[in-house]
Amino acid sequence: MVEVLKRLTEARGVAGNEDEVREIILELAAQTGAEVSVDRMGNVIARKPGLKTGKKVMLAAHMDEVGFIISYITDSGMLKFHTVGGIDQRLLLSKRVRIGKKGIPGVMGVKAIHLQEKDERNKVIDQKQMVIDIGVHSKEEAQKLVELGDYACFDSNLVVFGDNKVKAKALDDRVGCAVLLELLKDTYDFDLIACFTVQEEIGSRGGEVAAWHLKPDMGIVLEGTACADIPDVPEHMHITKMGRGPAISYMDRSSIADPELFRQMVKTAREHSIPYQLKENIAGGNDAGVIHKSRSGVPTVVVSVPCRYIHSPSSMMDLNDFNNTIRLMKEFLKGCESR
Amino acid sequence: MKELLANLTGVYGPSGKEDSIRSAIEKEIKDHVDEIRTDTMGNLIAVKKSTLSGDKPPVRVMTAAHMDQIGLIITNIDENGFLRFSNIGGVSPFNVINRRVVFENGITGTVSYETELENMKDLKLNKMYIDIGAANREEAEKQVSIGDVAVYYAPMAAAGNRYFGCAMDDRAGCAVLVQAIKTIKDSPNELIFVFTVQEEVGLRGAKTSAYSVNPAMAISLDVTLTGDTPKSRPMAVRLGAGPAVKIKDSSLICHPRVKNLMIDRAEEAGIPYQLEVLEAGGTDSGSIHLSREGVPSGVISIPCRYIHSAREMVDKNDLENAVKLLNSILENEIVL
Repeated sequence: MVEVLKRLTEARGVAGNEDEVREIILELAAQTGAEVSVDRMGNVIARKPGLKTGKKVMLAAHMDEVGFIISYITDSGMLKFHTVGGIDQRLLLSKRVRIGKKGIPGVMGVKAIHLQEKDERNKVIDQKQMVIDIGVHSKEEAQKLVELGDYACFDSNLVVFGDNKVKAKALDDRVGCAVLLELLKDTYDFDLIACFTVQEEIGSRGGEVAAWHLKPDMGIVLEGTACADIPDVPEHMHITKMGRGPAISYMDRSSIADPELFRQMVKTAREHSIPYQLKENIAGGNDAGVIHKSRSGVPTVVVSVPCRYIHSPSSMMDLNDFNNTIRLMKEFLKGCESR
Repeated sequence: MKELLANLTGVYGPSGKEDSIRSAIEKEIKDHVDEIRTDTMGNLIAVKKSTLSGDKPPVRVMTAAHMDQIGLIITNIDENGFLRFSNIGGVSPFNVINRRVVFENGITGTVSYETELENMKDLKLNKMYIDIGAANREEAEKQVSIGDVAVYYAPMAAAGNRYFGCAMDDRAGCAVLVQAIKTIKDSPNELIFVFTVQEEVGLRGAKTSAYSVNPAMAISLDVTLTGDTPKSRPMAVRLGAGPAVKIKDSSLICHPRVKNLMIDRAEEAGIPYQLEVLEAGGTDSGSIHLSREGVPSGVISIPCRYIHSAREMVDKNDLENAVKLLNSILENEIVL
């Protein structure tokens, strides 16, 4: 399981440029015996036909991650860039990135501390002042390696450490993708449609199109969600806590959970003694925002794995939470057969 | 109208928890419509059939008013029994200080804030809490749970022709729509009345109901701001000067033919009206006009002071004239 997570998180897939992740998912989904296809937006659709009813349950996890796009090359061969999706500017300085299809290595630079005025040292450096340095000394040389519009992605490997924890980039939402791949191994009474969406981080664009053409009867979104259970954050703003199990959302900024699905999800966790938590703050949105509003409406709920330091190259997750999310989802889907 | 409005503003119904208000409205209108149903998201959809016979299909007109109101959703319960909350819809910290609020099960509480705060400008909802009088977490958890939502506890009051209360946004629109359903004469048009959910969190119910209704034209009814109080931001809408025909807000530019239809009917029937340009804010027509291949849409707005507070204020004549205007539009043949 960690091997799958490692492959998925180390693949590069900034929103709009999900090819590398898509290739891995196509391969792994096909191994489960699912019928696999790619739609016009680039969403991967993996379908396990139901044994009895024609009901369609759509599971969604997004393949894309936050990152950067190259917007200008300076005369000295440095790359100016913009962020793709929500990234805290304080994270950027001296980070390693990989650029374009070839994965050209680069580092994010700014003038050294020695050259900064006193007040500059106390400020967050604006992304506009930063460059990606790819180790060349002219525009011509840089142009041989990089084109405008190339994507850059954090360069970070998955590491298992501490007490059953992993550190990786893009746990939001490759962890959701990994959960879906696991769920695809089973077959249910109803059609299970696992949808690996594109462009969630820039406005749930893939999810909207997928929900439209899939016309599901029910939607469940699997996410990696923020977890701020660290010192200096007051308890009521932790959102989730690491190690306390999957987080079930009653509401976020993009949707209010279908009350019945929310109740059933909580009930399933309780009945099977699977640890779970409710999100203790309301922040962020996800593909549920577009799925629940598709056509004449789709009952939808969100289940998330808590991830600390989300949207950074070193996000962190508890493998127990990951495993409990899979357990909860399996029991919930089995329960759906009788409803 | 007064009794209807007092009744509707007193029913619990924040976005996502519209069951009680939907039942209350359903009870009011069910004997006056040909069909009534509730859709997946919880929108209440009522139909009055066209009187036209023959081959020509009637014009299907959707009118919408949102049932939901803003609220405070519990996100955390601390060891001393205080409830932390987040907003459902546009909740200003200043509007809720020391206000009484009520949960669906009738439990009430007072909203207050961390008083070590030095500058009130820094007041944010995450520095506030609801006190339900519980001594500790256990006692609080017996009464409320994370995810429960409180709304203002503020029974309606009247002063002359003016009504004060919470949730005028948009129970005033609901009351106008209910009254129109009860009083409208036969119509050549197919009339679909939709009481929508989740407007306050992003015009969500309107989106899915517009898709299933598939109308040829749409009108929504909602409250709008006024510019008639001391040193208010300039806006040419006054309380009591009649329903406002919306030109635009940040969710839509009203379709010129729908806007002109409203003005023509108001002029013909001698109904006072005013024109409205709202600089911020949106309403259900913002979702509806983008449904499928586009729906010509407009809005009849009800002037309202102190929107999203516990003391929103509307005028009786504006409400009654809104009913007249809506009926005169819906009862007559519509040529788009």
